[in-house]
Amino acid sequence: MELLDFARGPALQFGLYAFVIGTVWRILGILLLAAKPDHSAARKAGGFMAALKVIYTRSFTADAFKQDTLYPKILGYLLHIGLFVTVFLFVPHILFFKGLIGLEWPGLPNNIIFFVGVITAGVGVALLVRRLTNPVLKLISNFDDYFSWLVTMAPIITGIIIPIRFGVRYETLLAVHILSVALLLTWLPFGKLAHAFLVFFSRGTTGLVLERRGAKT
Amino acid sequence: MSTSKVGYDDVYDLQSKRLSVKKPEVRYDKQGDMADDERVEKAMLHFVKDFGSMAATYLDTCVHCGICAEACHYYKVTGDPKYTPIWKLEPFKQAYKREASPFAFFYRLLGLKKKLTVEELEEWQHLLYDSCTVCGRCSLICPMGIDIASMISLARHGMFKAGLVPHELHAVAERAEVDGSPLGVTPTVFADRLEWMEDEHEVDINVDQEQADVLVVMSSIEIQKYPQSMAATAKILNAAGENWTFRTDGFEATNFGMLSGNAEWQRDMSMRVIDAAVKIGAKKLILPECGHAYMALRWMGANMYGKPLPFEVVHISEYLAETLNSGKIKVNKVDTSVAYHDPCQVSRRGGATQAARDVLGHLGVEQREMKPSGDYNWCCGGGGGVVTIHRADDLRYKVFKIKMDQVEETEADELITSCANCRQTFDDGQEHFHWKYTMGSLLELVAENLEEDKQ
Repeated sequence: MELLDFARGPALQFGLYAFVIGTVWRILGILLLAAKPDHSAARKAGGFMAALKVIYTRSFTADAFKQDTLYPKILGYLLHIGLFVTVFLFVPHILFFKGLIGLEWPGLPNNIIFFVGVITAGVGVALLVRRLTNPVLKLISNFDDYFSWLVTMAPIITGIIIPIRFGVRYETLLAVHILSVALLLTWLPFGKLAHAFLVFFSRGTTGLVLERRGAKT
Repeated sequence: MSTSKVGYDDVYDLQSKRLSVKKPEVRYDKQGDMADDERVEKAMLHFVKDFGSMAATYLDTCVHCGICAEACHYYKVTGDPKYTPIWKLEPFKQAYKREASPFAFFYRLLGLKKKLTVEELEEWQHLLYDSCTVCGRCSLICPMGIDIASMISLARHGMFKAGLVPHELHAVAERAEVDGSPLGVTPTVFADRLEWMEDEHEVDINVDQEQADVLVVMSSIEIQKYPQSMAATAKILNAAGENWTFRTDGFEATNFGMLSGNAEWQRDMSMRVIDAAVKIGAKKLILPECGHAYMALRWMGANMYGKPLPFEVVHISEYLAETLNSGKIKVNKVDTSVAYHDPCQVSRRGGATQAARDVLGHLGVEQREMKPSGDYNWCCGGGGGVVTIHRADDLRYKVFKIKMDQVEETEADELITSCANCRQTFDDGQEHFHWKYTMGSLLELVAENLEEDKQ
């Protein structure tokens, strides 16, 4: 079996299974823990809309904090936008998703994706430098932070390299890229990258709890 | 750390600007005669007990971005990364990952999360108590929406069970549990001081009525340090024509059970007030100028009761706004400018930010907002029980300077708040820094300017 066949076949399949099973396990593991009822008289209607509100509003920084958080927030926005564009708007990726879920959507030209990929990789490096040099981040970081950085950046870097080649066979580069994606999918539900789905629960919970108080969310 | 079973023999210091027990000559920051392993086991057991789906969601979602540090006054004034709010929860997080998370089995099997040590827990006592006022600013800055402040309160539960509470905070909490007041206000003392205020201010004060529509409670800080607030409350309630009473069997609004981390004591303290209100058939419970009492009774009281409360719970600032808005009482205009300090638990955490501003609007004062103010206001540094802890004083004074700068920038004539705990923290800071501003009370400002013909 060629490396590319292995990457496209068993490796990617394992990654997808690990992603789905790990995600379900982690979500259920959290949600099945006991939830305490709140008997206090609500000041405002809470419920699902309150959760949705905070899921949306917490994407933006309050004026009081903007000045102190500008740099990491800009890096955060750029990284997430970059990841979205390169993962979901690259035509070969869209074809992959079509094969997987049967849906397709318009993509962006390859040169734009390449440019965004390079910017995203640069942002990733800036985030790593910040984590390695900022006293707060140095203190609070652990293996998960660095390994999650690695498995996130690997598909971006390997994706950027494919069109450049560096004299390596296209099939080999593509196989390495797909293997890095399999690694990302395998790790995602188990470490901090799970915030990709847990963020909705976390923000939503705060919406449910604080919005009914009429407190700032 | 020295070990003692309790700090109950401590003597109150009621002469200083902030009320607590006297500065202990020997600190007992470990309570009970437990072996170190037992302390760790108890901490872990009670950390785990609090890991419901809400705590799990929060603890699992943190991405270690460190942004919460920028919201914390302790980090801002020291630049020390250990004051990063999420770092204050590190033992709690470790316990969660190891004992209750969806992958706890793997963490234990592979030894990925070490068991906590008593030394770590002792180190974190400083971070969970001395350097966190549970003000909740960090909860507003977190991009993941994690309510870090609520997790700090939960983490304190395990610390209490492990007997790892700062000396003074444990002492006043125990006093509150045993005597009914953290500052020695027994029912007899309360009744005596009410009688004194009744004479001094020539105002009718209702005590121990069998039935009343409104039960009013006070904080021991007010009873001992600002007793005029009891007269001010009576004057306003009389003017509004309320059928109201104080009760000597349920008068203490503060809840040091909650602040120290003892959930059972928290319930006991809340239930004294709730039982008194139920007994007299109250339709409304008015809480005094106390921030954490608002959290304990307005938002957590029903959960202590186990079902919805059969009466409404309001902070005094909300009551003042309501009666002024409805015209039940009227006030004279006051020609002054005011900087209002928002108590964190009433405004940011409690949702009653606008009430005090409505009241100041009726008084016609020029409101000069601090920057930032309202929901994003900086804490005074004395909340969460911190003001009781003597060893935390130096750090508390450092964070108080943020407030001083904020207030001075407004150039307001007067400084007002609606929390006696904030007020005593300001009084203490004023004395320490020989500062020109004296903190005033919203309640007293209204009482002093009540229109006589409406009484």
